[in-house]
Amino acid sequence: MTRLLAFNSIVVALAVTTLGAIFGPIAVRKGRRDWLMYLYAAVYTNFALVTLSTLALVYGLVSHDFSISYVAQVGSRATPTFYTIISLWGALEGSIVFWAWVLALYAAAVVWFNRKREGNLVPYAAVTLLVVALFFHILLVGPANPFLPVFPVPFDGPGPNPLLQNHILMGVHPPLLYLGYVGLTVPFAFAVGAMLSGEVADDGWIRITRRWTISAWAFLTAAIVAGMWWSYEVLGWGGYWAWDPVENASFMPWLTCTAYLHSVMVQERRGMLKLWNLNLMVGTFVLTILGTFLTRSGIISSVHAFTTGTIGYYFLAFIAVVLVATLFLVAGNSDKLASDGRLDAPLSRETAFLLNNLFFTVFMFTVLIGTLFPLVAEAVRGVKVSVGEPFFNKMTLPMMVALIFLMGVGPALPWKKAAGAELKGKLLPGVIVGVVFAVAALVAGARNGYSVLAFLFAGFALGVNVQEFVRGANARVRAHGESWLVALSRLVSGNRRRYGGYTAHIGVVLVTLGVAGSSTFKQEQEATLKPGETITVAGHTLRFKRAWGREEPQRQVIGATMEWMDGDRVRATIEPRMNYYPTQESPVPTPDVKSTLRGDIYLNLMAFKQDGSNVTVKVIWEPLVPWIWLGGLVLCIGAIIGVLPERKRPASAPVAPALAEGQP
Amino acid sequence: MNWKRASIAAATAAPVIGLFAWGLTRDPNSIPSPLPGREAPAFTLQVFAPGQGELSRPVGDSVRLTDLRGKVVVLNFWASWCLACRDEHSALSDVAQSYAGQPVQFLGVLYNDVPDKGTAWIAEMGGQSYPSVDDPGARVAIDYGLYGVPETFFLDATGRVAYKHTGPVTPRVLRYKVDSLMAAARQAAAAPAAPAADTGANTKAGKVQ
Repeated sequence: MTRLLAFNSIVVALAVTTLGAIFGPIAVRKGRRDWLMYLYAAVYTNFALVTLSTLALVYGLVSHDFSISYVAQVGSRATPTFYTIISLWGALEGSIVFWAWVLALYAAAVVWFNRKREGNLVPYAAVTLLVVALFFHILLVGPANPFLPVFPVPFDGPGPNPLLQNHILMGVHPPLLYLGYVGLTVPFAFAVGAMLSGEVADDGWIRITRRWTISAWAFLTAAIVAGMWWSYEVLGWGGYWAWDPVENASFMPWLTCTAYLHSVMVQERRGMLKLWNLNLMVGTFVLTILGTFLTRSGIISSVHAFTTGTIGYYFLAFIAVVLVATLFLVAGNSDKLASDGRLDAPLSRETAFLLNNLFFTVFMFTVLIGTLFPLVAEAVRGVKVSVGEPFFNKMTLPMMVALIFLMGVGPALPWKKAAGAELKGKLLPGVIVGVVFAVAALVAGARNGYSVLAFLFAGFALGVNVQEFVRGANARVRAHGESWLVALSRLVSGNRRRYGGYTAHIGVVLVTLGVAGSSTFKQEQEATLKPGETITVAGHTLRFKRAWGREEPQRQVIGATMEWMDGDRVRATIEPRMNYYPTQESPVPTPDVKSTLRGDIYLNLMAFKQDGSNVTVKVIWEPLVPWIWLGGLVLCIGAIIGVLPERKRPASAPVAPALAEGQP
Repeated sequence: MNWKRASIAAATAAPVIGLFAWGLTRDPNSIPSPLPGREAPAFTLQVFAPGQGELSRPVGDSVRLTDLRGKVVVLNFWASWCLACRDEHSALSDVAQSYAGQPVQFLGVLYNDVPDKGTAWIAEMGGQSYPSVDDPGARVAIDYGLYGVPETFFLDATGRVAYKHTGPVTPRVLRYKVDSLMAAARQAAAAPAAPAADTGANTKAGKVQ
């Protein structure tokens, strides 16, 4: 019953999206604006149907209806309800259902908010969204059908993959990732809509999607950071990034989208880079689909790879259609995309944005080449190679360092042309903070050039970006006599986009400090301890108290209680564990982490004697790692500041001239 | 709309699509073993499961690989905890039985497991026609560069690794490999002055699949 409801909803949604995608262009061609309501109705109906299907599948999971193939595949009566619900995205088929739902949600929302807009942009964007939705519906009735009947109905299922039910972040990272990934379909659809409707020279598509793009970007950022955190907390190797193909798949669209968020300001402000922005947005979407293809098709060996089947060929066909169609459209429209303005001076904000885009794009291509190289090498030379961390670190570090430097220079530079004296005053705080950070890193023992540069430029960027807030607030205090905090909050709410951006920059600085700190100063040690014995890493002493075991409904847990000592005082108790799941031969290690602002103590249980007489633990001192998670949070706060509606400026209180100058 | 430029741009997608299409036909997890064509690492291991009837060897007997020269050897690494080993069990046992009396030796090698569990597993699976040896400390598995279980190695009559199969093996693959290796051995015996014949056959056998 549940199964039929879920499946038939998708079948009907397939029909509705097909009809809408055919009918929409006809309505536009005939110039019948009164018919557009049917096109938009298709978008809303699709949302209703996919929602129904998703809810039915969740109900099937929660009620342990093992007559549904997906439930039989990932469900188990012993799994806690929370992990049962989130197993919706734990395997291939369910994740496609969830994808289709998020897409339907975005499509319905963006169409609803823009339904009254004149012109053909919104109808064509709606058609594009329907076509993408159509593809996912085809997957759901074809190679990724989660609603197949199972007979005889099993009494119980194997439960989700143990790694996926071992941490609460599994409930956070995938939805964020989908919200980000799928959200990027919205600006893409409007870019395509702009090209189809001939409104491409106009900034309409950019203005309509500005908040959508920033939101999707923020979700993607949060997802990447949450994914790093999950990997750090769950996998037990003490790292957060390994340049795995699937990590790269989420990172590449992030790079192009970040580039877009910057370069789009040049278009809005100066009427330049129109073709480039269109390319960036189309490329970003292609990269999201490419990323999904890499994960789902099994074409590249990866730790994240889902089970494979024929789905790879469907994705390939879709990529082919998207690539050919968008390349065709962009190249065909390129005549209309001439720049209105041109560069005035080499030392200007425009130049900083251009360099920023250059580095982001090269960065993306470097990651893309590294990810696809094994495939190319096998095709050309017939050899199996793997491209690992050394390649990526070596190739991308210079670009990261350069980008962080630009992040400090850019905000200080005015549009058009910079004047020397003013620039000096704006850069000085940055130089001071940067030198302090670099010296601190050298004193702490950093000897790697990139590492010292990372600290130097992170400090520089921090100084310059914070200086922008301080300078702006001070100007308001002088002009209006407001208290400093009121001035700061009015400053931000008066130009949310600008100060949201600077806030995001500060977030990136924090991430940089965490990454540079942990990769430069990390220390680790492994030891076998009897109760009462201690181990010391980087001046932190840990004492093994006891080993213990306990039964949980879905697993067996073995743990070690370790005490982080401060002299004779116990500073904190840390309990690394091993979880044994019945469906898995080897245990799932579950490290435990205690965070401080200076760094984390990361403990992993490696082995234990059955009688509890000793344990082998790995202790890692991870300096500054919590700053990465904090930085991710600040990045998202920046994005939130950027998307909130602007406060209307009262006409009686014009902005101080000192402030208006150099504003984007 | 500039149609010419649009069409040229669209055509540039072809190589990328082609590369992906070709990539889908490959298995990224199949890592070529450096062993095929080389001499198989020698070992001496103790039988813990005797096998049945004509193929059986007494428990505790030492199996020395060098003693098996002149026979085609099928070396199957398995474990009682390995699920895929269940899939291939009957194929191995039946095919081995059908070659009884011919110069072929099937041998199971227990990997990361204890003999008691291995014996219990064989009983549960309804017996195994050929003997299995224990590999304490997985030393032989390491010599053979084992990636996981099950893996099956086909050694020719001269003691070289001719082919390695990763994952559950099927009767078809077993028969095809064993037959071609036996044929190569017969040819070599018929023309003892031409050692090139057997290496040639090996490479051929190694390339199939």
